[in-house]
Amino acid sequence: MLGEGIIQGLVETARNFFGSYVEKDRLTTVQYPEQRLTLPEASRNFPFLLYDGTDPEAGLRCVACQICEKECPPRCIHIEKSKDKKPDFVGKQQAYPAVFDIDVAVCMSCQICVEVCPFDAIRMDKVYELSTSDRFGGLLWTKEQLSKPNEYYQKIHPLEAAETDERREKELAEAQAKAAAAAAKAAQAANPAPGDASGNGASAAAKPTTAVHE
Amino acid sequence: MGMTFSFLILAIMTLAGGVAAMTMRRLVHCALALVVSFAGLAALYLNLGAEFAGLAQLLVYVGAIAILIVFAILLTRGGEGEPEGSFSPSPAGIAGAVAALAVFAVLTWAVETSSVARAGAAVAAPQTTMREIGFALMQRYVLPLEVIALMLTAALIGAVILALREKRNEPADGTAQKQGLRA
Amino acid sequence: MISAGAVDQVFVTLKDWIVFHTPAPLQTLVSIVIEVATIIVVFAALFALTTVFERKGLGRMQNRYGPNRVGPFGVFQPIADAVKSLTKEDVVPRAADHVVHYLAPLVLVGVVFLTYAVLPVGRNMTAVNLDAGVLYFFAVGAATELAVFMAGWSSHNKYSLLGAMRAIAQMISYEIPLILSSVPVIMMAGTLSMVGIVEQQARTSGGLAHWNVFTPWGLAGFILFMIAATAETNRSPFDLPEGESEIIAGYFIEYSGFKFALFFLAEYLEMFAVSGLGITLFLGGWSAPFSFLGWIPSWIWFFGKLLTLIFGFIWVRGTVPRLRMDQLMNFAWKFMLPMTLIVIFSAGLWRFLSAAVVGPMPLGGVIRWLVCALVILAPYITLARGLERGRRIEKRVYRYAE
Repeated sequence: MLGEGIIQGLVETARNFFGSYVEKDRLTTVQYPEQRLTLPEASRNFPFLLYDGTDPEAGLRCVACQICEKECPPRCIHIEKSKDKKPDFVGKQQAYPAVFDIDVAVCMSCQICVEVCPFDAIRMDKVYELSTSDRFGGLLWTKEQLSKPNEYYQKIHPLEAAETDERREKELAEAQAKAAAAAAKAAQAANPAPGDASGNGASAAAKPTTAVHE
Repeated sequence: MGMTFSFLILAIMTLAGGVAAMTMRRLVHCALALVVSFAGLAALYLNLGAEFAGLAQLLVYVGAIAILIVFAILLTRGGEGEPEGSFSPSPAGIAGAVAALAVFAVLTWAVETSSVARAGAAVAAPQTTMREIGFALMQRYVLPLEVIALMLTAALIGAVILALREKRNEPADGTAQKQGLRA
Repeated sequence: MISAGAVDQVFVTLKDWIVFHTPAPLQTLVSIVIEVATIIVVFAALFALTTVFERKGLGRMQNRYGPNRVGPFGVFQPIADAVKSLTKEDVVPRAADHVVHYLAPLVLVGVVFLTYAVLPVGRNMTAVNLDAGVLYFFAVGAATELAVFMAGWSSHNKYSLLGAMRAIAQMISYEIPLILSSVPVIMMAGTLSMVGIVEQQARTSGGLAHWNVFTPWGLAGFILFMIAATAETNRSPFDLPEGESEIIAGYFIEYSGFKFALFFLAEYLEMFAVSGLGITLFLGGWSAPFSFLGWIPSWIWFFGKLLTLIFGFIWVRGTVPRLRMDQLMNFAWKFMLPMTLIVIFSAGLWRFLSAAVVGPMPLGGVIRWLVCALVILAPYITLARGLERGRRIEKRVYRYAE
């Protein structure tokens, strides 16, 4: 019968219309500024710099190797290497970035900088409310804005952060063990025991020292 | 005074529309100017108290004839025709001017010699209400009305038959394909 | 205690009071200005209200919230929209015909506002009580087609021209059922005056008003009228002239900013006007359906009915998808036109089946009702069957894609 389908349709829309006032389940809209969905673990956009401890200057992991700057496809990273050096997390003297800028307007969140970083210094963030009234300055993030503590990383990407932390702890432990061994060797070299065959087993680290001494 | 003033405005509007319809270069502009002229005429009827005539003028001419003209222009010219606007005297133009003058002369003569003009302004305008027009159409003039209705129906059926014949001539392959698409 | 009559006539009294206190030579002018300004302000405000209600209503029909950000429950959304459209850049295509392009929205809005002159929005609340009110309404309304054509042609855009052609074809096709479905009312009322038509329907007998919609021909006529009105105002499901998904807004594609807002305004005003006409012709205008509800002011009745019809428009828009051009034309010429003619016939039958023919009132009335309803229903079923047969769904045959 002509018109039957239209009446069925009208009944359906009327059910939706009144139902949406009664059953809250029908409304699937998330009222965004007030309600937010938690982002999935894997979500990511725009890089940031990690630092250990509490001081963003001293703890910054970046050593200004500039690999990310070279790899960045849209060339949004700008790094200036420092003249002086500071110790990194294992105590080794490393350079650090005097200037580290990312132009977010250019960045395409490709994550290549993260992939290439050998120092676990740059990671992807989860920020998204980035609108600003300043088109150029507001979207050029400096080192200070980019530096975020490791705790933040642990919070936004817990699985990744755990993996990174574990690896770094291992590295640190190895480095400490090596340093301890070197220290022991140095101490041995300083007061050598008579008739010992330790000269053959001298470690690589100890060798230069002996060379200097010779 | 108010009457003559409004008459003046409407007359100027009607005449300006007519002149523009003849002189404008683009055909669609001419059609729109003609609409202005039609509307002015309708307003003149209303101004004179002829409600039915004015509204019928509006409904038929502005609502239907103007659309018909516009459609004819669009379908025949593609809306793009830019004729050169030369108004040099041609035999057809002269003939048209003569015909227009003759019509105007006849109309003037008819108005001048009509009973209304001879009686002067003293005669009160007849009050024709919609109701009277309706009664006249349904009682005294019912036969002409029915004849016209019959003629219009015949024209309508004729148009339908014309449209139908065109469809029958379509190639069989085309119709089959169309049906396949419609299904 | 204020009497119901005083509340009913409060606006009329207010206007009379203002006119009375102006100097004599200005009285006519002031009276006209008040009427025109009231119509413009009230219906423009109704437009603003309707836009937000429509968006919220459609949202609820799709299980969404709809606009709820500007002001409490989003009621100030129209103000934000107005600010937006007023401050937007007005882009005119270089190839456009500038004068006609500029005039089209103005002509459209002006013409649509003209139709309000004869609408009785309450008892003694009609701007002009024309003897030929219904004829005036249709005559002035016919000029909207021209404005639509002006917009479509002057934009110099193939989509806008397509939209304009569609709009004109559709409006002409549906104007016939629109006028024909209002013929029975005029026939029965014996007048073309809107005020006269309403006053005849305001009469009551046995507590029930003589609304035309209570009769079989009135009910069928009302439904046909509203369908034709939906098509005439280019609203969904007859929004082919706009057709966002196929011809990206049709005849007003090249309009932006305030001119676009004017088109939007005109479209809604057209909807209100034609709904107002439907109320006047079939739903008893400003009158109450039952005599015990007569104490409610007449203008509340009118606007209540208007809002109900607007909700109907929104409801249909939220339900039915857009028609195809051939479906549109088939529906107009193969269904609407014959049905309106049958309704006219039924109305004539109703007129002659008076008490003398069918017997005394209670039973005779029922017989009359049933006979007239049957006269409409039987052809409807036949027509519907015929149309259904025409569009039987067959198995799709792919000629080239196998």
